[in-house]
Amino acid sequence: MTYLKKSPWVIHYDASSCNGCDIEVLAALTPVYDLERFGIINTGNPKHADIFLITGSVNEQNKEVVKNLYEQIPDPKVVVAIGICAASGGIFRECYNVLGGVDKVIPVDVFVPGCAARPESIIDGVVTALGILESKRLVMKENGKKTMEKSGSAE
Amino acid sequence: MIAEPVISIVNAVLFVLLAPLLGGLIAGIDRKVTARMQGRVGPPILQPFYDVGKLFEKENMVVTVTQHFYVLSYLVFMVVAGALFFSGGDMLLVIFAFTLSHIFLVLGAYASYSPYSHIGAERELIQIIAYEPMIIFTAVGMYMVTQSFNVSAIVNSGIPIILYLPGVFIGYLIVLTIKLRKSPFDLSTSHHAHQEIVKGVTTDFSGSNLGKIEIAHWYEYVFLLGVVYLFFGFNPVLAVAAIIIAYFLEILIDNTISRVKWQLTLRSAWLIAGTLGIVNLGVLYYLKGVIMP
Repeated sequence: MTYLKKSPWVIHYDASSCNGCDIEVLAALTPVYDLERFGIINTGNPKHADIFLITGSVNEQNKEVVKNLYEQIPDPKVVVAIGICAASGGIFRECYNVLGGVDKVIPVDVFVPGCAARPESIIDGVVTALGILESKRLVMKENGKKTMEKSGSAE
Repeated sequence: MIAEPVISIVNAVLFVLLAPLLGGLIAGIDRKVTARMQGRVGPPILQPFYDVGKLFEKENMVVTVTQHFYVLSYLVFMVVAGALFFSGGDMLLVIFAFTLSHIFLVLGAYASYSPYSHIGAERELIQIIAYEPMIIFTAVGMYMVTQSFNVSAIVNSGIPIILYLPGVFIGYLIVLTIKLRKSPFDLSTSHHAHQEIVKGVTTDFSGSNLGKIEIAHWYEYVFLLGVVYLFFGFNPVLAVAAIIIAYFLEILIDNTISRVKWQLTLRSAWLIAGTLGIVNLGVLYYLKGVIMP
């Protein structure tokens, strides 16, 4: 059974940017769009999360934070980079401390365009991420079986 | 006529099998009603089952190996408490197993290294300290009315316990708010504030361990509402109606009252236990010959 698609819990993190995309993420979580009807919960704990929503470009200061958050999310997980800054660094690309898009630090699965990204396109990005999440689960299941067989033969 | 031990065992087995289904449904209805109260559509009724199903599909990140033991003990002792209750066992033993299971949850949270987890564990302990006197008074009150601590004897006594223990009942409803993790007393972890103190006592649990905590919580729902049933044991229809009304009130309180600090939680829970509980029991004690047969 695939319960993963019915209950994706998200964590959002705002790296360095103007904060506009982050506000749009929060807008998508308000009663107007009511993401809980799809089982989506906005959690603050990476250990409970499935989808990592990240807005803004990555700089030298928050590079470690982004990596740390990513590593704390249990598999299967997907990363959705929201807004042009998260994709390429956007308007901040030339800044002395900006590394560029989120993909410079962690693997990104979905890029949502826009400056700022609209709640509708964020929701669309998350729905796309659900498909990727499901395929990752299947891969994990296969790998899990293989590693179990391996450890079984080692004994 | 079926022998009593057989009925007890059948009841206990039925509880172990059906309580998660019922508890999950209650949680789903709770979330739906809550969403409607907030002007939202809300998740499907079966959403809690999807959530737990998903948690078992996820990787189980283990912070310390002892976590497995504590979480499993939390679940097992919660099931034991509920099974003892529904098999008509001793109320005091039920409360003992119930408290023990929560102590395991606290130990599980203390076993990790996260400060958030430790704050959650401390708050869970404060909640246990807050609600425990009232739960004990509930058992004592039922003993004073029916002369028995056995759940089966209390149910079969046919006495309208609610008429003798109105204060204890209101007190129990108030600590039920703490137990169901409802606002204003959702200190250690909450169903709504998913980001506050990064989810408190459940901070360092993920995957199947978090799923087990959720399932234990479903068992807990059914057990706690079973205690409400005892007050109205003389009339099953009235009892079920009372459970529904009580639970609806809990959701209403949850959505209308903001969270209080732990000091006020402790103070109000003990004040309620000290006034409503003790006065009710005192009146029963002194007017024993007058109001009771």
